[in-house]
Amino acid sequence: MLLLLAPLMLLAMAPPAGAVGTLCLPTATTACIAGTVRSDAGVVPNVKLTVTDPSGTAQEVVTGDDGRWNVQVSKEGAYKIALQEDTLPDNVAVSGANEVTVQAKFNATAPALIPVRTSTYVSSTSKVDELIQSSASGLRLGLLLALASIGLSLIYGTTGLSNFAHAEQVTLGGILGYFVVNVHGLNLWLGGLLVIVLCGFTGWFQDRVMWQPLRRRGLGLTQLMIVTIGLSLAMQYTFQYTVGARTVRVVQDNPTVRTIGPITLTNQSFVAMGISIVVIAAVGFALLRTRIGRATRAVSDNPALAAASGIDVDRVIRLVWTVAMALAGLSGLLYALVTNGIKWDSGLQILLLLFAAVTLGGLGTAFGALVGSLIIGLVVELSPVLGMPGDFKYATALLILILLLLVRPQGLLGRPERVG
Amino acid sequence: MDTIQAILNSMLREAISPQTAAVAIAAIGLNVHFGFTGLLNIGQSGFMLLGAYGFAISIGHGLPLIVGVLLGFAAALVFALVLGAPTLKLRGDYLAIVTISAAEIIRYVGRSALLTDFTGAAQGLQGVSYRTPFTNLSFFGDGDSTLSPFNIYDIAGGAVWVRLVGWLALAACIAGIVLLVKAGRARPTVARRASRDAGGRLTPAAGTESRADLGADARQVTAVSAPVRRMGIGALIALSVFLLFFLMPTSYQDTGVSGWWVRFVAWLLVAVCLLVVYLLVRSPWGRLLRGIREDEDAIRSLGKNVFAIKMQALIIGGLFGALGGMLYVLPASVQPDSMGRSLTFFCYTALLLGGAATIFGPVLGAVIFYAARIMIKGVANAYIPDSIMNGQQTEQFSFIVVGVALMLIVIFRPQGILGNKRELRFNV
Repeated sequence: MLLLLAPLMLLAMAPPAGAVGTLCLPTATTACIAGTVRSDAGVVPNVKLTVTDPSGTAQEVVTGDDGRWNVQVSKEGAYKIALQEDTLPDNVAVSGANEVTVQAKFNATAPALIPVRTSTYVSSTSKVDELIQSSASGLRLGLLLALASIGLSLIYGTTGLSNFAHAEQVTLGGILGYFVVNVHGLNLWLGGLLVIVLCGFTGWFQDRVMWQPLRRRGLGLTQLMIVTIGLSLAMQYTFQYTVGARTVRVVQDNPTVRTIGPITLTNQSFVAMGISIVVIAAVGFALLRTRIGRATRAVSDNPALAAASGIDVDRVIRLVWTVAMALAGLSGLLYALVTNGIKWDSGLQILLLLFAAVTLGGLGTAFGALVGSLIIGLVVELSPVLGMPGDFKYATALLILILLLLVRPQGLLGRPERVG
Repeated sequence: MDTIQAILNSMLREAISPQTAAVAIAAIGLNVHFGFTGLLNIGQSGFMLLGAYGFAISIGHGLPLIVGVLLGFAAALVFALVLGAPTLKLRGDYLAIVTISAAEIIRYVGRSALLTDFTGAAQGLQGVSYRTPFTNLSFFGDGDSTLSPFNIYDIAGGAVWVRLVGWLALAACIAGIVLLVKAGRARPTVARRASRDAGGRLTPAAGTESRADLGADARQVTAVSAPVRRMGIGALIALSVFLLFFLMPTSYQDTGVSGWWVRFVAWLLVAVCLLVVYLLVRSPWGRLLRGIREDEDAIRSLGKNVFAIKMQALIIGGLFGALGGMLYVLPASVQPDSMGRSLTFFCYTALLLGGAATIFGPVLGAVIFYAARIMIKGVANAYIPDSIMNGQQTEQFSFIVVGVALMLIVIFRPQGILGNKRELRFNV
């Protein structure tokens, strides 16, 4: 479809095509409707189309040697363009509807596309290949989500707080990456490290000046949650204030693509997935095998008991905030690299998935967050392949969340008593 | 002086705009959820968007106005049921997470290209397609009106001294209102303390007597002064509203797209909603709501069906949200992207600023919130050079201030302007 669109954009500059004769230029009182009839084997000349204006008057137009056609109209409104199938060559047929409706506007050329295919046309990718490719993308998204959601879940576990500003920390990683690597030209690896350190510092700093004093004052969790909402709003618009509404990129050059078996992804995606797996494994190891990890899990289970057994709860929470924000920053940096850019509201779109992942896995459980993220990532990327309309892929993730809450509210790996 | 006058004028215009009224109504709904019941609904914009879609789509397809309104309400009701069923039995965070996600989903679905015929996808629905039945109801006639017709320009042509006197009078009125409200709140506690002191010092028998006397006395004092005070407050509010319009004459079309008619209906609806909430929360049902907010288990032990009551509160607050959504799009158009997460946060800021769990809090908060945002933008535009902050950035700056303000309010004055701090200690 994109290939079909491309010639339209060139149309205004193209020389007059043979059969059409004159090039249509829209003016303040006329509008143009134009298109190209092109099959997978190339352009199709001498095809007749009927253009019907809003009042019902029809006129005929024939495609030129380059497959192009255009008409000039002097009325704005909805025009029906029908392709006369009997004028198509024998081996070519319309692949969808043979009629489209376009809105003609003065001073503009309205594109009208009627896709045609040769009878020998086969879809180049099989369903299985498509599934594998989407699974790879889903895994990639899942791993990136996991980086952020493990931190979100740890914060929830140790402090009971649902941090609505977590997604903005993800955006922060990408935007800092833009400033450090793209604007100031630092090496990607060094710059990335710097970004993660900076993000970790924001976590330490937040807990030092805000969350810890508020915990000491005994502000309720509901109130704290609203504070995070305010923080998220302020951060979002600070991003927009500094970089505007455009998409910014961490690296300037275009990514190269590599194909492994049926999977085609950018090099950066492969590296990002590798980094995510290593980091997640490291966090998992730290949680299970190290003293501080055991302390974290103890605080998560029962802060009062942990404090009574000599664990410095505030220190653990400070560490959790620092690590969680560093992980979120890493996630944002990788996200910006993999999706080729980040915007002020990218986090807003991820937040939904993060919460779905964390709740799915069980609020407060680090490994639940990992499982939940992978499931959500796969669901989001696979649902379009399995027949969900692309616009609804996020809705599918939420639908699963709501259904799960009905039957197993504590999440996949959560324990019933956590739900209260 | 002219710049200041211009900023003040635009503040007043924003404060009385129908969209401010719409957000006030949505915040009233949130107040039922959050303030009275303790339900943390972060998806109020979803309710608003559904109300707006139900209203606009059905009228756009030729159904009568009343059916459109009812369909908007029906959409919000179904939404509340779907959100409440899986989450209301769980801890509060689940409702928060599910509502914020669901509101985003509504937005995604609304802007989906598949539904272009119904929702107009990302472009949304133009106001023209659904506004006419509402405008046709107007009995205001055509033409323009200025409020108030008698204004500063009638006295010495709006000289500086007239304005100064006017503003001083307005400041005096507001100070008077604040003093009267504070006096009304302070008296009962003072009376109680006095009776206790007196009782403590006297002999038991005499103490009882004198306590009773003092109590009766205090009651009498309050009884005598309360109506007077209320009338005083009412008169001062009326006077300050008049002074506002006197100082800043505002003129609109009587009926047009965004004229006096839609303003009149919007603020009338705000008044109706306030009355409904007032009656609801002082009913036995309303006391149950507060009970659930303070201690769910206690209410359950009284044999009440907590889940059903929470669901009713979620639905009622959602219906207010839907009504707010319909009003929000009436003078403009249905734009899914302008009714996203931020709108919910504005409602929260308005609610918490005015005071959660109070009757007038959401409305006062919405008016102050929108007027203050315009003031920040206007001042930043007028006095900060473009090299530091350009026109586009003032908009974002005002939102940053909103976010920071929301944090500061919750941390330092969780009860807002009108609220009672003890009412907001709860945890969901």
